[in-house]
Amino acid sequence: MWFPRLPSDRVLRARAQVTANDNRPFVLTHHEKNTDRIYCLNRAAEAQGLHRGMGVSDARAYCPELQSQPADTVADARFLQMLARWSKRYCPWVGLDGADGLMLNIAGSAHLFGGEAAMLDDMRHRLARAGLSGHIAAANTRGAAWALTHYGRAAHDDIRTLPVAALRLDAKTDTALQRLGLRKVSDLLALPRATIARRFGPDVVLRLDQAMGAQDEVITPMGEVPHYGVRLTLPDPIGLAADVMMGTERLLVRLCDKLKEQDMGARQLQLTLRRVDQGAQQVELRLAAPMRDADRISPLFERGIGAVDAGFGIDQMRLEATQVEPLLNAQITTATASRPDGLDDLITRLGNRIGLENIQRLLPADSHIPERSFQIAPAAYSTSNGAWSRHRPRPLKLFPPEPILGAGSQPPTRFRWRRMSLTTGRSTGPERIAPEWWLPDEAWRTGVRDYWYVETREGRRLWLFHTPQNPGWFVHGEFA
Amino acid sequence: MTAFESHFPPMNTRTHEVCGPSAYAFAFALAGRVCRTGADTVLWVREAWNGTQLNPLGFAPYLDPQQLLIAQAPSHIDALASAEEALRSGRISLVVMELSQPIGLTEGRRLQLAAQQGRAMGLCILPEGMGSNAAQTRWHCAPVFDAKARADSTLQKWEIIKNKSGTLRAWNVKWDAQTCRINVVSEAAQR
Repeated sequence: MWFPRLPSDRVLRARAQVTANDNRPFVLTHHEKNTDRIYCLNRAAEAQGLHRGMGVSDARAYCPELQSQPADTVADARFLQMLARWSKRYCPWVGLDGADGLMLNIAGSAHLFGGEAAMLDDMRHRLARAGLSGHIAAANTRGAAWALTHYGRAAHDDIRTLPVAALRLDAKTDTALQRLGLRKVSDLLALPRATIARRFGPDVVLRLDQAMGAQDEVITPMGEVPHYGVRLTLPDPIGLAADVMMGTERLLVRLCDKLKEQDMGARQLQLTLRRVDQGAQQVELRLAAPMRDADRISPLFERGIGAVDAGFGIDQMRLEATQVEPLLNAQITTATASRPDGLDDLITRLGNRIGLENIQRLLPADSHIPERSFQIAPAAYSTSNGAWSRHRPRPLKLFPPEPILGAGSQPPTRFRWRRMSLTTGRSTGPERIAPEWWLPDEAWRTGVRDYWYVETREGRRLWLFHTPQNPGWFVHGEFA
Repeated sequence: MTAFESHFPPMNTRTHEVCGPSAYAFAFALAGRVCRTGADTVLWVREAWNGTQLNPLGFAPYLDPQQLLIAQAPSHIDALASAEEALRSGRISLVVMELSQPIGLTEGRRLQLAAQQGRAMGLCILPEGMGSNAAQTRWHCAPVFDAKARADSTLQKWEIIKNKSGTLRAWNVKWDAQTCRINVVSEAAQR
């Protein structure tokens, strides 16, 4: 199967009025060498004389009503994966062929669809209904199938009559062959093999053999992507929170078994509760650490399930691990036995109330700037490690610098701060801290700071700084 | 001296309150005292709008910053609910709540029950005069300027201003970074 217009078909399919847009020229663009170029185009655009690689502004000049959209290659690749999964309905042996094709090994499954021709008809029909333009062909070898999809005119062309480019050769070899008058595969077959190999390298012979079936070529089938979802359909609708909890526990046991098989742990879970009236309610659970222990996870769902409106009852439940992380079996030793596992559960519980990223821990950072000498990291996504360097006494609290009145390079003897009038009793300093010029920071625009530890007669012990390059005094922190 | 030892650290499985300019120092000294082993964890619940930043380099002498978790609650109610949950969990040794509004009797009592259930200690840092009647003790802490001492003086006045089971007293205390403990300074030396 070859989908020559896969990206544009995908985008047009997703649009609401596919049929309305169908006969209007549409292109996908990508940015290359400072210009937007056409990446993929639909049939209508091709009919207007546009082609791939053309500048978008040129194309607009030819065709003013052209619609365009930037291309998304990642989504295209995902779409092709999806198509591959869909085509497993025909045979289990499905491989990707480049960025826009699929290879199916239908030997042994064609008869299930009433023969090769009926199967291809079925594929064509279904793809056309889905709005995809695909070239489909069946052949005895992978190379021949590729040649037929890309270059074949009729359904059962003979590969010998196809141009040499159908042998999956690179452009340079193709041109060289054409220049010698070898236009068709049959021309190439008429030549002695040794001559071809000597002249064009072993690649041409290999491709020729692969197409004719003299050389084996395998299809690498796609691996099955593990899916962590389980569901439960109930004969009678339920509405009590306790019943929903019980159902969730059952689902969790099954999900955790799945996770255990793959050595994975869930990081984020989504429970979808479908109601009798077709409405659906979702409960999300973000865990502070990868987990696959049903007994530990189920109490964490309590709060979310309590908030669900069951309406006339819930008759279908679906639990999916939307985010998983590798979690290997760990050996229990004396060192790990006392590990505070319950702390992760607590972080999860709190996180589901106030947001998982709002539970934070402090990590050391390599900087002498007071505000940047530590990092604030979400506790669920970080581990506490690293050593804290303690050189000089630092205040317990830091706040954004608050300006006070003062002049000169010595701390002011009397000043007002936060509606208090304070008298300097003793001051220690200065300690000069220079801004990190390689990191732009708005607060440090005033240049170097001379920090003073000021003990006031009123008791408050403050961290003051003076900016000599841009004279001013500020309070930046408070000591014990 | 012995009197102070019998009051500090305050009773476990209870919630206490502290106010005054040195409330942070009290909280960290208490955290350092309660969480001697590395497995203990302190949860510091604060309201997210609070612009004052806890400085780990500043409190490292009191408590290993690795032992501290900070919860930034979006509102007063969320802060109280998070604190209650943490107290009840039994995984946290000390929950510090930094609050800007007074807490009612119901909320105070709930916190007491949670602390009892989880065998943890709670400490509310409150603005002056906003305490709840449910607290076990209330402390007022203020720094004291000591004209004679060395420059790195940490002299403070700690005063019990409410006590459900004992007398009200005041001490002049000093933090000793070498031994990581609070030393009581005799009153006479101050006069």
